[in-house]
Amino acid sequence: MKALKRIYLGLILAFLYIPILVLIIQSFNAGESRAKWEGFSFVWYGKLFNDPNIMHSLWITLSIAVLAALFSTILGTLAAIGIHAMRKRPQSLMLTLNNIPMTMPDIVTGISLMLLFIFTRVERGYVTMLLAHITFDTPYVILSVMPKLKQMNKNTYEAALDLGATPMYALLHVILPEVMPGVITGAMLAFTLSLDDFTISYFTTSPLVQNLSTLIYSQARKGIKPTMNALSALMFVVLLVLLLLVNKRTDEEKS
Amino acid sequence: MPEINVPRLEFTSMEEQPRLITLKGITKAYDGVTVLDHINLYIRKKEFVTLLGPSGCGKTTTLRIIGGFENPDEGSVIFDGQDITGVPPYKRRVNTVFQKYALFPHLNVADNIAFGLKLKKTPRDEIRQKVDRMLDLVNMSGYGKRSVESLSGGQQQRIAIARSLVNEPEVLLLDEPLGALDLKLRKEMQLELKSMQQRLGITFLYVTHDQEEALTMSDTIVVMQGGRILQIGTPKGIYDEPKNAFVANFIGESNIIPGTMIRDELVEFCGTKFACVDEGFGENTPVDVVIRPEDIVLVGEDVGHLTGVVRSVLFKGVHYEMMIEAGGILWKVHSTAMEPEGSRVGLSVVPFNIHIMHKMEEGEKK
Repeated sequence: MKALKRIYLGLILAFLYIPILVLIIQSFNAGESRAKWEGFSFVWYGKLFNDPNIMHSLWITLSIAVLAALFSTILGTLAAIGIHAMRKRPQSLMLTLNNIPMTMPDIVTGISLMLLFIFTRVERGYVTMLLAHITFDTPYVILSVMPKLKQMNKNTYEAALDLGATPMYALLHVILPEVMPGVITGAMLAFTLSLDDFTISYFTTSPLVQNLSTLIYSQARKGIKPTMNALSALMFVVLLVLLLLVNKRTDEEKS
Repeated sequence: MPEINVPRLEFTSMEEQPRLITLKGITKAYDGVTVLDHINLYIRKKEFVTLLGPSGCGKTTTLRIIGGFENPDEGSVIFDGQDITGVPPYKRRVNTVFQKYALFPHLNVADNIAFGLKLKKTPRDEIRQKVDRMLDLVNMSGYGKRSVESLSGGQQQRIAIARSLVNEPEVLLLDEPLGALDLKLRKEMQLELKSMQQRLGITFLYVTHDQEEALTMSDTIVVMQGGRILQIGTPKGIYDEPKNAFVANFIGESNIIPGTMIRDELVEFCGTKFACVDEGFGENTPVDVVIRPEDIVLVGEDVGHLTGVVRSVLFKGVHYEMMIEAGGILWKVHSTAMEPEGSRVGLSVVPFNIHIMHKMEEGEKK
C-alpha cells in the first residue's frame, strides 16, 4: 500500500516536471534539432544574451516587474491599513471586492483592460502594461499585509498617538515596522506575478513593447528557436527561487 | 434627560486640591446604543480615582474620551481650565496604560520607554538618564536591551507603565492594567502602583471591574452602571453607605431585603421592627434594606432579633460563611465562630449596621 502511494505521488510529480526537465535539457543541446542530442553546450545561452530583441524584452520585463511591485506594494499596504481600520461590515465588503479580481480569469482582466484603454483612447505600450500589472498585483499585496495587521495589538497605534506621535509618524514608525514582513512578502509576490504574466500583458501592450512572455509567444508562432529553450529554462529557475522564498516567508510568518 | 449630579459623600484631604479634569454632560452612543448618558465628573490633582463597574458600564469609554481616542457625541472635557474636547491624543497632557500593554515589538525595552522622549527631541544623554531612572522605578533595571517579547506579562506591564510615566504626564489613565495578570502578581502590582502614585504625585484615573482592587487603591471610587454614574465616594464611604442595592451588591457581599420605613429611625422587615439610624425617607415608604454578612451577629436562640436555622456552612479561611434561614429569607452571615448545620440560632444587628436605601428605579436594575 505504501509503495502504491509512493508510485502515485511519483507519477504526479513526473507529469508535472518531466516537460520542464526536457526543456532544460534541450536548452543545453548543441544542435538545433529537438529530436537528436548533439552534445552538451552553452551555445544557445550565449546567443540568448547577444540577441538585442531578447535583451530589450528582458529589460522591459524586469523594469515593469520592479515598478509594478513598488507601486502595488505602496498602494496595497496603504489600502490594507485603511481596510483594517474600517468597521466590520464595510471591511468584509472591501475584502470580497479585493478577492474578485484574483479569482477572475486573466483573459477577462486582460480583455477588459484592453477595452478600457481603447475606450479612453490611451495608446497601448509600456505605460499601459505597467498600469495593468499594478492593477493585478495590488490585491495580492493587500492579502499578504492584512494578516500582519490583524495580528497587531489593536491598541498599538493608539499607544503611539498617546505618547505624542502624529498619525503620520505612528504610521511610518510603528505600524509599518510591525507589518514589514507582510509588506516584503507582498512585494516579492507582486514581482513574481508580474515577471511571469503573459495573458494580461498580451492584451495591454503594443507589438513594439514586448516582455519575455509575449516575445516567446510571438516567436513560437514562427517556430521555436533553441534560444527560447534557454530563455524559458532561465525564467523557470528564477521564478522557482522566488516562489520558494515567498513560501518560506509565509510559513515563517504563520509559525 | 435630566442631568444627574451625584454629590460626593465624604470629604477628604483631596478636597484642597484643584480640579484637574472635569467631564460635563458627556454622552456617547454606538450605532444607536447609548454607552454614556450625561456623565458629570471631576478629578482633582494628585487624586487616585477609580471607575468601577461591570463590563459594558461605560468606564473604558469614559477613559478613552479623556485620552482622546473617542469623541463624545455631546458634552465637553475640561482639562486644567481648558476645553480639550476634540483635541487629538498626541496633543493631550495625559498618558494611557492599556490592558494588553501595547508595547512596540520592533523596539527593545529602552527604546519603548524612550519613544515619547524622542518625539519631544529630548537630548540623548537626558533620555538615557530618564530611561534608567524609570527602569529603576518599576524594578526592571538592566532590562533595557531586552526585546519586549521576551518579557513576562507582569514585566511587560511594568514597561508599559514606565513608557507612560517617563513623559511626566499630569494624568495617567490606566485601563484595567492588571486584568491579564494572575492573582498574586496583581496584588503586588496594586500596592506598587499605589505607592508609585503617591511618590510621584501624579493623578491616576484607573478603570477596573474588580471591587477589591478599587477599594484597596483609590482615593475616590466612581461606581458606574449602564452608562451612568451611580455613586461617587471614598472606598469606605461607598462600602459603608451604598446608595442603592446595585452598588451594595457590586461592592462586597450583601444581604438585600425589601422593607418598609415606618418613620425616621424605625424600619420593618421580616415582620419585625428594627431601630436604625437613617432618616428622611418619609413614613411607610417601601425601601431596600442592606446588611453586610459580617454585620450580623449570631446570638442565643432567644435573645436575637430574628430566629433562624443554619442551612449550610462554608469554611472561607478567615471566617465561616453560613446561610441561615430566618424570617422567610436566606441570610448570608460571616462569622469566625461556626454553628453546625441544622442548629437554631438568633440573629442580631446593631442599628448602625442597618443601611436603608431607596428602591431602585426599574432601569437601574441589573
